[in-house]
Amino acid sequence: MTDTVHEESKTPQDDRKEVSRRWLLLKAGALFNAVVGIAIATPVVRYLLDPVRRKSFYNSWISLGPLNQFPAGETRLATYVNPYRQPWDGTTDDTACWVRHISGSSFQVFAINCAHLGCPVRWFPQSELFMCPCHGGVYYADGERASGPPERGLFQYQYKVVNDELHIYAGQMPTLANSARLRVLNNTGNKGCSSCAG
Amino acid sequence: MRWVKQTYNWLESRLQLEGPVKDAVLHPVPRNTASWWYVFGSAAFTLLILQIVTGILLALVYVPSAGEAWNSLNMLNHQLPLGWFLRAMHGWGSNFMVAIVLIHMAQVFMFGSYKYPRELTWILGVFLLLMTLGMAFTGQVLRFDQDSYWGLGIGASIVSRVPFIGRSLVHLLLGGPIIAGATLTRFFALHVFIIPGALLLFACAHVWMVLKLGINEWPMPGRAVRRSTYIAEYNKLTHEDGIPFFPGAFWKDLYFSGAIIAAVVVCAAVFGPYGPSGQPDPTIIRTVPKPDFFFLWIYALLAYLPPSLETPFLLIAPVLAIAGLVALPFMAGEGEKSWHRRPIAVLTLVTVAVIWGVFTNLATYTPWSPKMNAWSSDTVPERYLHGLTPVERRGAIVFQAMQCRNCHSIGGQGGERGPALDSVATRLTEDQLIRQVIQGGGNMPAYGKNLSPSQVTALVSFLDTLHPHNQPEAVDSAERAVTTIPAETGAKSSTKVKASASPQASAAPAGN
Repeated sequence: MTDTVHEESKTPQDDRKEVSRRWLLLKAGALFNAVVGIAIATPVVRYLLDPVRRKSFYNSWISLGPLNQFPAGETRLATYVNPYRQPWDGTTDDTACWVRHISGSSFQVFAINCAHLGCPVRWFPQSELFMCPCHGGVYYADGERASGPPERGLFQYQYKVVNDELHIYAGQMPTLANSARLRVLNNTGNKGCSSCAG
Repeated sequence: MRWVKQTYNWLESRLQLEGPVKDAVLHPVPRNTASWWYVFGSAAFTLLILQIVTGILLALVYVPSAGEAWNSLNMLNHQLPLGWFLRAMHGWGSNFMVAIVLIHMAQVFMFGSYKYPRELTWILGVFLLLMTLGMAFTGQVLRFDQDSYWGLGIGASIVSRVPFIGRSLVHLLLGGPIIAGATLTRFFALHVFIIPGALLLFACAHVWMVLKLGINEWPMPGRAVRRSTYIAEYNKLTHEDGIPFFPGAFWKDLYFSGAIIAAVVVCAAVFGPYGPSGQPDPTIIRTVPKPDFFFLWIYALLAYLPPSLETPFLLIAPVLAIAGLVALPFMAGEGEKSWHRRPIAVLTLVTVAVIWGVFTNLATYTPWSPKMNAWSSDTVPERYLHGLTPVERRGAIVFQAMQCRNCHSIGGQGGERGPALDSVATRLTEDQLIRQVIQGGGNMPAYGKNLSPSQVTALVSFLDTLHPHNQPEAVDSAERAVTTIPAETGAKSSTKVKASASPQASAAPAGN
């Protein structure tokens, strides 16, 4: 049985010095495809960069609930639903933070994330310390760094009291890159917090 | 059986694969490369295929949604028949793959295989290692549990340290402002499409080059690589002392790959799947996140780096390490291949292996982390409480209640962040203890603000009892002088002169 599909064939070679029609067409075709490629790439890049937004895009004022949840002199865990969310986020939208009610209308609201690498810090009311389970960062009650690898104190949210409710300005995972926006300058009512206030 | 031959011929005349396959399979390799040392590359490729197959099978069920991923994994573990086994195969296959790729790399480094003309094979190998590690990390993310969630947090925190564009990079990494649904879907795309696609492509190019350039000959001391002569020498070697790759060398690859897959099956069956641990709910903060085995060394490194060095190290060291690996075949493209003549290479490999092993081992018990429950779960050993005064006993209670135990062990139980305190009284005098408690220092928080003066007195008096019976308490040298004078004059007094500064007095300046 002979079943030959391929057969040796000889292609005529072009003279390289001559600008032939087929080479001109090929070059024009390559150029055309490059233009189409850029036309496609532009929306793709825009699509990929969508999450990169300005600082104010993600953040907004969120209520942590009535003030009476936060007795003066105590530090309590509060949770809120992140304002920027998708229906398929599940429980990941729920965010925790530590609220320290100093006195009167003076508060400190700390991010749950350690300033070192973002692990959840835990408050120990007896020793009045925050401890991080990952690399052993420890912070004082006012958020100031006590020991361990963090370079700075705990991240703080801006807050305000509206209609007997505590509101914070939040929406992003606090990191060293956006921490400046989370710091509260001269608003903590606690002069001991010099390092964490910048 | 004529129809088999006819079908084969029909296919072959169209596909025309026989020639290239025969070339590849029967190409001569140096006789001494048919060694058990040369089986790791093929085993890594076999594991890649295993990961692709088990991965596709898991993708039939897994839901890449932040709201459902964790549930679908639990469904796989507990409800789907043998779903747990497939997850275990994929998890253990991943561990084996990273391990085999690392061993393969160490082997080709030791054998000088990266030298001329196999530079590009090595460089592709470096990227294959990076992609394998990328698969391991993204795979850990897809196991969307608490470790995965906080592991992403650590990743985002590292990325945030990049100057100027850190914030944008965090948003790109997470797909938004927080770890949520968009984060999981992009890591799913990375783990299932982007990295495996590139990995497969690179692996095929890697194998192609091994076939085209020939497998590296067994390194012999004195047989140095020179660009001008190597190709001719290698061809001479394969033709004079060569055997066909199949079956001469191939049978060992076959056995080893089979053994590795069997080992994955045994591990999967005996140890079961990895997690998922607790659900990825960031409001559950009673968690102690930990990375998977092959990232433990980074976890340890991040605990031990001085804070000021951390950001430069995190951003510069990986670039330098990758650049170094890529540059290696260009820096040392010629010369001796044998490890007998390459002491620096041997020392480098041993040093890296020892450092890696030490850091990994440390990260298995994390001595740098406070034990979050030690204060409430570990009791003060009874023998430390015998014959104590009420004040000293109160000190023991302060010791427990103030979480000292989270960082300091006594009786072998408690944290290891700070020193064990079983014999602290032999090291520190009462004054020094007071100062240490109130002012902290040396990685200990200052407790001056958090303890009342009476608590400090009680705590220090308890700590002062912590010394073996046959060892005296530490005494200030000045005090010793005071106490020894009466002894020399024959007086019976051996009572220790108490510290002049009371805790109350020293608490005030320390409280700032």
